[in-house]
Amino acid sequence: MDAKVIKQEGQTLKIVGTSPVRPDGTPKVTGLARYGADFALPGMLWGAILRSPHAHARIRAIDTSKARALPGVKAVITAEDFPEQKFEFVGPERVAVNFWHMTRNVMAREKVLYEGHAVAAVAATSKAIAEEALRLIEVDYEPLPHVIDVDAAMQPDAPLLFEDMITRGIDPPPGKPSNIAKRIEFNIGDLDAGFAAADEIVEMSFKTAPVHQGYIEPHACLARFDSNGQGELWSASQGHFVVRAFTARLLNMNIGDVLVHPAEIGGGFGGKTVIYVEPLAAALSRKSGHPVKIMMSREDVFKATGPTSGSSMTVRIGVKKDGTLVAADGVFKFQAGAFPGSPVMNATMCGFAPYDIPNVRSVGYDVVSNRPKSAAYRAPGSPISAFAVESVMDAVAARIGMDPLKFRLLNACKTGTPTVWGPKHAHDGYAETIKAVLAHPAYAAPLGKNQGRGVASGFWFNNGGESSATVHVNEDGTVVVATGSMDIGGSRASMAIMAAETLGIEYDDVRAIVADTASIGYTHVTGGSRVTFATGIAVVEACKKVIVELCARAAMIWKLEPGEVVWENGCAKPAGAAAGKFEPMPLKAVAAKRALTGGPIGAEASVNAGGAAPGFATELCDVEVDPETGSVKILRFVVAQDVGRAIHRSYVEGQLEGGVVQGIGWALNEAYIYDDAGHLLNAGFLDYRIPVASDLPMIETVLVEVPNPNHPYGVKGAGEVNIVPAMAAVANAINNAISRRLTDLPMSPPKVLAAIHSGRKG
Amino acid sequence: MSKHHVTTTLNGNAVEFLCDTQQTLLEVLRDELHHTGTKEGCGTGDCGACSVTVDGRLVCSCLVLGVEAQGKSIQTIEGMAQGTSLHPLQRKFLEHAALQCGVCTPGILIAARALLARNPDPSEEEVRFWLAGNLCRCTGYNKIIEAVLDAAHEMRGS
Repeated sequence: MDAKVIKQEGQTLKIVGTSPVRPDGTPKVTGLARYGADFALPGMLWGAILRSPHAHARIRAIDTSKARALPGVKAVITAEDFPEQKFEFVGPERVAVNFWHMTRNVMAREKVLYEGHAVAAVAATSKAIAEEALRLIEVDYEPLPHVIDVDAAMQPDAPLLFEDMITRGIDPPPGKPSNIAKRIEFNIGDLDAGFAAADEIVEMSFKTAPVHQGYIEPHACLARFDSNGQGELWSASQGHFVVRAFTARLLNMNIGDVLVHPAEIGGGFGGKTVIYVEPLAAALSRKSGHPVKIMMSREDVFKATGPTSGSSMTVRIGVKKDGTLVAADGVFKFQAGAFPGSPVMNATMCGFAPYDIPNVRSVGYDVVSNRPKSAAYRAPGSPISAFAVESVMDAVAARIGMDPLKFRLLNACKTGTPTVWGPKHAHDGYAETIKAVLAHPAYAAPLGKNQGRGVASGFWFNNGGESSATVHVNEDGTVVVATGSMDIGGSRASMAIMAAETLGIEYDDVRAIVADTASIGYTHVTGGSRVTFATGIAVVEACKKVIVELCARAAMIWKLEPGEVVWENGCAKPAGAAAGKFEPMPLKAVAAKRALTGGPIGAEASVNAGGAAPGFATELCDVEVDPETGSVKILRFVVAQDVGRAIHRSYVEGQLEGGVVQGIGWALNEAYIYDDAGHLLNAGFLDYRIPVASDLPMIETVLVEVPNPNHPYGVKGAGEVNIVPAMAAVANAINNAISRRLTDLPMSPPKVLAAIHSGRKG
Repeated sequence: MSKHHVTTTLNGNAVEFLCDTQQTLLEVLRDELHHTGTKEGCGTGDCGACSVTVDGRLVCSCLVLGVEAQGKSIQTIEGMAQGTSLHPLQRKFLEHAALQCGVCTPGILIAARALLARNPDPSEEEVRFWLAGNLCRCTGYNKIIEAVLDAAHEMRGS
């Protein structure tokens, strides 16, 4: 493709980097936007799900006869309504799925593995009848011993969730089963020699609690599946193509027979990249012949959808007196929940990634226990290992008497620095975020009594991958951009900005929509900070195709050769030998003559975008600790993140602000609390306390822009890395305030108070 | 068991509906009256996504029974704009990019309007404490607070 779009070098950007009102804004402030729970169809039934009261039990039998006999009940399903799946891990190791596990997670088979595990579902003519029917289902359970904690689950005598699970990644394989699903190890250099050369070594152990993504919209969907083998879903997810593929697979249907409409999504943060209610609603619909709607309660969301992993970790770092890092060793044990698949591999890769360390070992364990299966949460895995690594980095800096930011800057990775997983870093950006915080007025601001300041940094890969977009020129010269990416926080606006910039037209002349699975090519999930990068490339590629077509149409009108027309500032313009022969022809004029020149003008582009560039963030946190209560107040928080380039400035700032606040909640409040029977005690927003407005100051953002040369406008991705350093920044600030190092998240008032009263110094 | 016949006023319009005793106002609004702009985030009064006003008083509609709407005046997000003219809060939320996913937005707008009705010139801290019952997981609240303060400023000037 002839790049008739000017490259970013020397390019004057008119719309990229501004903050126009989002195209989908008005329906979202007037209540008219339709989210997952907002759809209805004639004859619709209400679905409800029976959930396990036990943390671990064998299912001896399920008797649904009384429920089926209840007037108004139209269908009852159990695991028997879903075909068995082959046991195999599919896809790249870092994000592999196993449908044998997935079908058991959406509906328990041989055993229930956590409190809240679905065991049956009903569809009835009212919510009340559906709830009553659940009470009539008789499940004969054989309760089994359970295990919640990750360290306890790794003990040789721990109750086993899967009696035949042999740890993967160990050669030769262990002779007996365990709850350790997988072990991974990365190495570079010579670890022993590295530590032998160190002047100072700091080693600490950490624990983190599982935390929920906490999206405000519970999972919900509406399904209409016919006896002819086709079906439709209205579902709020981070990827309607993935919902389509997983649902079709679990119901043994062809992908093309399932149509998924993208409802607006009320938050996801990774937790809506997987399915829970969709296959159940679809199976109930298929069995009853009616549309079926299922809405989770908040309690269901906490008990049965994925939090991210809790962990147990040990990190050791060796350093020369001059501040040069020489060795690092990390062991990261992650709770996967009831099925394998924690983000521990990401954790082992990301933990030491910001630094140039010649000798590194990074070991991870993926461990099952009787908790809900973990799901992705904002830079999955990386914030957890960063909490450990960045806490130790802080202690190392103190040990050698170096400023913690200058210590990080001295060892910061840059293009060419090796990574523990093999390839060298291919992009700069980390050092720039450190320098941004060093230069920020907050770094030199005075602190008062009981106050402390902490800094920390983080790394996240950012993703590319498969995306599709279409660009259609309307009869009046306005443009519709359609993509397959769910809009979770303003991506319609960023797509419209990139299209308007590329075509050289006004932002308000572009309308961006999210198309259903039958109306656009495959597009991977809205996750991994990939949408503005990968789907953005698809939009720009489609725009370039449209520009080539517009030039050809103008050439036809002017009776010139196609090569004699270029596109500039939203107009076709004669060039070369024909330069100056005709006045530039704006897009609207070319569109007006479309019928005479060949018909409608539009293009689709589908890409598998490589060249994603990682995100780095460095953060500063000031806290005040109440010595009487142990309560920690966040006084100030600065986040500097390399975003490559901000397309919609306000929504990029919003990603940083939101990510930081989630990290603050993770640091100070949020945790899953279980009783001795394995029951979750805080399955609601009253007792699982996410940050509220009065907890917080204004988060101060610094957008660092080191452009990614692999994206037409330099995008790296903005959504995730902001959460990575946050917990360590808070912990380091608390340590600075009270000279006590908190190593167990959340750093709730009782723990802080206990630390104050202990003799242990940080 | 027969349903209750309830007569109420919804966004200024006379409305009648039938509901079961146990149905909440939130369920009635969404399932019976098809006003789905009011959202369910928790069903236990902890998140504020279902905020509405009943006779001018800010409540979580998940904690009010449908039958309690009898003879009352209910205001929901669908009644906030005057025809095609957005309320200043709605406009400022768009200008400040104060929503990401937008599912908490209707409840926050209703709560913010109730704040400005009793305190037209709130401080940042007063806005933060008033909205402490409205959870937003996307934004970190910065732009929400800025939008409310900016709307208050504009409304005082007009």
